[in-house]
Amino acid sequence: MDTGIAAELAEQVSRALADATGVETLRALESGAFPEGAWTALDGLGLATALVPEDQGGAGLGFQDAMPLLEALGRAGAPVPLAEGIAAAALLSAAGITPPDGTLTFASAGAPVPWGRHAAHMVLVDGARVALYPAASLRWAEGTNIGREPRDTATVTGTPLAEGTLPNGWGAEAALLLTALLRSAQIAGAMSAALALAVEHANTRKQFGRPIGRFQAVQQQLAVFAAETSAASVAAAAAARAADRRGLAGAAFEIGCAKVTAGEAAAKGAAIAHQVLAAMGITEEHALHHLTRRLWSWRDEGGSERLWSARIGATAQAGGHLWTFLTSRDEDTTA
Amino acid sequence: MTGLRFDLRDPPPGATALRGEVRAFIAEHGHRWTPEVRARSWMGFDRDFTRAVGARGWIGMCWPKRYGGGERSFLDRNIVLEEMLAAGAPVGAHWIGDRQSGPLILRLGTEAQRAKFLPKIVTGEYAFCIGLSEPDSGSDLASLRTRADKVDGGWKLSGRKIWTTFGHLCDWMIALVRTSPAPEGGSRHQGLSQVLVDLRAPGVTIRPIRDLVGEQGFNEITFDDVMLPDDALVGKEGAGWAQSTSELAFERSGPDRYLSSHPLLEASLGAMKDDATAAPALGRQVARLWTLRAMSTAVAGMLQDGTDPVRQAALVKDLGNDFEQALPHRMRELMDVEAMPQEMRRMHDYLTQITPTFSLRGGTREIMRGIIARELGLR
Repeated sequence: MDTGIAAELAEQVSRALADATGVETLRALESGAFPEGAWTALDGLGLATALVPEDQGGAGLGFQDAMPLLEALGRAGAPVPLAEGIAAAALLSAAGITPPDGTLTFASAGAPVPWGRHAAHMVLVDGARVALYPAASLRWAEGTNIGREPRDTATVTGTPLAEGTLPNGWGAEAALLLTALLRSAQIAGAMSAALALAVEHANTRKQFGRPIGRFQAVQQQLAVFAAETSAASVAAAAAARAADRRGLAGAAFEIGCAKVTAGEAAAKGAAIAHQVLAAMGITEEHALHHLTRRLWSWRDEGGSERLWSARIGATAQAGGHLWTFLTSRDEDTTA
Repeated sequence: MTGLRFDLRDPPPGATALRGEVRAFIAEHGHRWTPEVRARSWMGFDRDFTRAVGARGWIGMCWPKRYGGGERSFLDRNIVLEEMLAAGAPVGAHWIGDRQSGPLILRLGTEAQRAKFLPKIVTGEYAFCIGLSEPDSGSDLASLRTRADKVDGGWKLSGRKIWTTFGHLCDWMIALVRTSPAPEGGSRHQGLSQVLVDLRAPGVTIRPIRDLVGEQGFNEITFDDVMLPDDALVGKEGAGWAQSTSELAFERSGPDRYLSSHPLLEASLGAMKDDATAAPALGRQVARLWTLRAMSTAVAGMLQDGTDPVRQAALVKDLGNDFEQALPHRMRELMDVEAMPQEMRRMHDYLTQITPTFSLRGGTREIMRGIIARELGLR
């Protein structure tokens, strides 16, 4: 698929999100309400099987194709479980199971389940084993992250609707890797939305007789924010490209690098956003915190900077000459 | 914010083979390079090495064959640059000519200028430097005062340029100078022109300025009524500001904006290969490097497409400078200097002193962030 179609899909998602959601959706969601209207609108785009191969009835997108769409979701604060649904459907189809309709989520065994309480079905990933459960058949304990997004704990009580095994290329950590990829892209999206809020504020809020964005001290901070936003976005896209080429497990190094970059970027971006928006950005009624609290949450999901940087460091220490290692990962398939 | 868009680029066909050729070439020459030479990176000036690089066709790679170029893509060139920098090769004698003086002459020079200069840049015979900063004009470059006055048979150049890297070793300078006064009440950007200056011409005085490492890296160059021929003018008279600005994408976009400390990272990884406690901090550096490389390669792709990625270049330069500048300090946090193996220690010591220049050369950090802020609609 060419980038034009990927951009077009992202545009569709952006439009649907803008029409059907807003800061009030995030507020309601954080109080426990599922945005039915927004979900119906987004689900109607037929993107749930975006990553499912065409011969299995899906759209056959690659990971890289899906990144603009995931960024668009992040820009809106991810008000619906679309990212989780797309990834869960990919896991199921890879394991030879037909994805069910309706809300769908996934998690590693023992990990909190994103959107668990709102999902109709859940995919549990344990090593290479994938099992599909009706959510109603699981015992749930509700939990949230600091974004106040549902992150519930499921206890398996019955037998799955279907079971399967992931092909080798998906490895034993498919749920972790997929989550890292999704959250990296969503971080880039949420950062660009928070950056837009901060720039708008800087251009309108006046102090000392002029918009604060006229002050170089503020400009320089927002420039750093923009640079980090670009870094997160490029990193997510490059990791997704690696996953398309080498398989999810084969791209663990790149996905880890993207997650570290996005996590570091999230921290810097959120801090600058709050500094620029000052006390207003701290108020409950302002939109900013819905984004920044998600940024702080998402950097921990799918492996934190600590987890991934330790692995990347160990890989680099064991790998001999770093530059040779880095370049061979790009080019050994294009020789 | 379209000016901040990056599209990933895949490696060009034959990337691995080209990389292999450059690596073999570096292996032949690199055994002579001390840790200081490798830490100096593109600030290392070695005319013999440059001639050898030229003989392999790796200078002016993207230029037309009729001027000695290779008609290769910017992505091929990017591979050669990456390999040279990753190894800390002393590429300073051709770096400026290959990166910006040559491309400027190719784009805006006359046929005679192209024929005269490009083939000699390609072989390493002509080394170029850039004449921008003056004693009273740094970031506020448009305030510069060096003048070239039109006289019979050419131009008379008077004034002073400073911080000219390798001015004492180079053959030619492309200087930005005033050729007519700024119009009353008009923009100071008008009336500036770019001129080619033969650094051995009568009236050119080059005074070395020793740097904090104790080396003669840069210079103050004084022009006392230096006579320049008519054809010293590059491009259009009075259009020098716009020409210089369009050169910036070439100047700021390359891997030289994040790989300047790379040999130290390699040495550090070797020195700490068994230290599990260092892994997370090393991993963060590697992750940043990996991201910067994807961003920088995207910019090389934009140059190949003929778009003008001046904003993306500023953004990658800013992020890259932060990375390469912090590296010796990050490594020192992981290993006491007394414990560092000699190669790592020598690179660390050199880079600790010289890394402050990384966010100065090629436009300061503050200027880069100002460019990004303008793109955000803040200025």
